[in-house]
Amino acid sequence: MTVHIPHSLEEALELLDKDNSAALLSGGTDFMVEVNFNHRRPENVISLKQVNELSTWTIDSKKQHIFIGSGVTHHELETGTIAQYLPALAQASRTVGSPQIRAAGTIGGNLGTCSPAGDTLPVLSAMNATVHLASAHQSRSISFDEFMVGPKRSNRQPNEIITGVSVAVPNGWQGYAKVGVRNAMVISVASACLQVHNGEVSIALGSVGPTVIRCREAEKWANSLGAHPLSVSSDDAKHFGELVGSESRPIDDHRSTASYRRHAVGILATRLLQRSSQ
Amino acid sequence: MNEIYTLKINGTEHQVKDAWVGESLLYVLRERLGLPGAKGACEQGECGSCTVFLDGSAVCSCLVLAASATESDIATVEGLQPDGSLTDVQQAFIDEGAVQCGFCTPGLVMAVHHLLDENPSPSELEVKEALSGNICRCTGYGRIFAAVDKVIADRNK
Ligand SMILES: Cc1cc2nc3c(=O)[nH]c(=O)nc-3n(C[C@H](O)[C@H](O)[C@H](O)COP(=O)(O)OP(=O)(O)OC[C@H]3O[C@@H](n4cnc5c(N)ncnc54)[C@H](O)[C@@H]3O)c2cc1C
Ligand code: FES
Ligand code: FES
Repeated sequence: MTVHIPHSLEEALELLDKDNSAALLSGGTDFMVEVNFNHRRPENVISLKQVNELSTWTIDSKKQHIFIGSGVTHHELETGTIAQYLPALAQASRTVGSPQIRAAGTIGGNLGTCSPAGDTLPVLSAMNATVHLASAHQSRSISFDEFMVGPKRSNRQPNEIITGVSVAVPNGWQGYAKVGVRNAMVISVASACLQVHNGEVSIALGSVGPTVIRCREAEKWANSLGAHPLSVSSDDAKHFGELVGSESRPIDDHRSTASYRRHAVGILATRLLQRSSQ
Repeated sequence: MNEIYTLKINGTEHQVKDAWVGESLLYVLRERLGLPGAKGACEQGECGSCTVFLDGSAVCSCLVLAASATESDIATVEGLQPDGSLTDVQQAFIDEGAVQCGFCTPGLVMAVHHLLDENPSPSELEVKEALSGNICRCTGYGRIFAAVDKVIADRNK
């Protein structure tokens, strides 16, 4: 194994171009577990930690668009000034692992692993985030929903580095909710992010399908009620939860059962819609 | 392939030789450099007994690829008080009976120092959240929180 420590994105992309099977290393909180347990033994490792252009986020002068570099940590998303613009992303990052995991783990690593339980991913989906990828030869930008194609499978090509994500700052409410067996250090059993932007509700779910799921039918119904935020009746909020539950595609696994997940994610959706209107 | 690389730990440069470069910082500290303060229990980020500071952040050394940390400042529990005396946090752990088997103690001491450096007067919830990545099988945490309270009270006197 050889560990490369490039100091610019260009240098990192050239290294990856020479060996497409090289492993990219950001915070290491997923990667090192695999190395420690002998599940992964790449010949070349490209550490991205010293690539400064990946580790910052920026907002435009009108405070409408944010670019988040792939090396931005969960700690920064949770506690930095970015949290005031993207509160659901801050809430999602706050639920990741423990303070030690959040200090090291990054949004780019969350995208790289691309687990259906990745906590930032439903937030990115609900925000219609754009994922930016670069190779030594070209750069491209795709929607989050195009990026995630299956459990731990993304549209990233082997010669590409995720450089970051960009999102529009919502002009309405946004929130994230997660169910797990306890409060700290827990992978989600079901999660949901809801946001209101330009009067429209969007909602995306985690841990209840092979990918993050955008609930287009439930959104259509909620948006047919009028421009949000609007005071929804408890019957309407419950119906919304049922629609969301029926769009989920959960499975039974070691963390929970499909039927509990469907039930739980519906309740999360009901609560999030109610909170958005308060 | 094995390479020689240098790590800066507690202000001193240490050469790591004849080691596989896939080793975690925890392994290198303990097995290569004779710094056994950080403890290893899970090697998957769950227990916090391996907590060190990397460029001022408290992280799990089991999840740091040692050979990728050559440009970082690393601090371990051994470096808290170079003369070997106890810090106020360590003394409070003893005074309040927060140490039983002691396996979790170095990681907790690091996490408590980090918390109080960032936030000298944390609320009860902030203390609990800050220590949520450090698992103790013995004490039931009550005496650990008492030790933290003692340090906060003494420092704010
Ligand atoms: C104890 C523990 C608890 C955890 N709890 C949670 C949790 O509650 N919620 C959650 O979502 N996750 C959790 N995780 C998983 C992990 O912390 C997150 O997925 C984190 O965001 C990974 O980021 P990283 O920077 O550490 O990634 P790394 O481990 O560095 O990389 C992860 C993967 O992404 C690839 N990669 C990294 N950066 C890039 C890039 N720029 N471009 C392309 N590919 C890249 C790597 O090659 C690797 O395959 C937990 C992990 C641990 C050990
Ligand atoms: S040994 Fe590192 S967290 Fe348990
Ligand atoms: S004192 Fe034994 S694990 Fe904490």
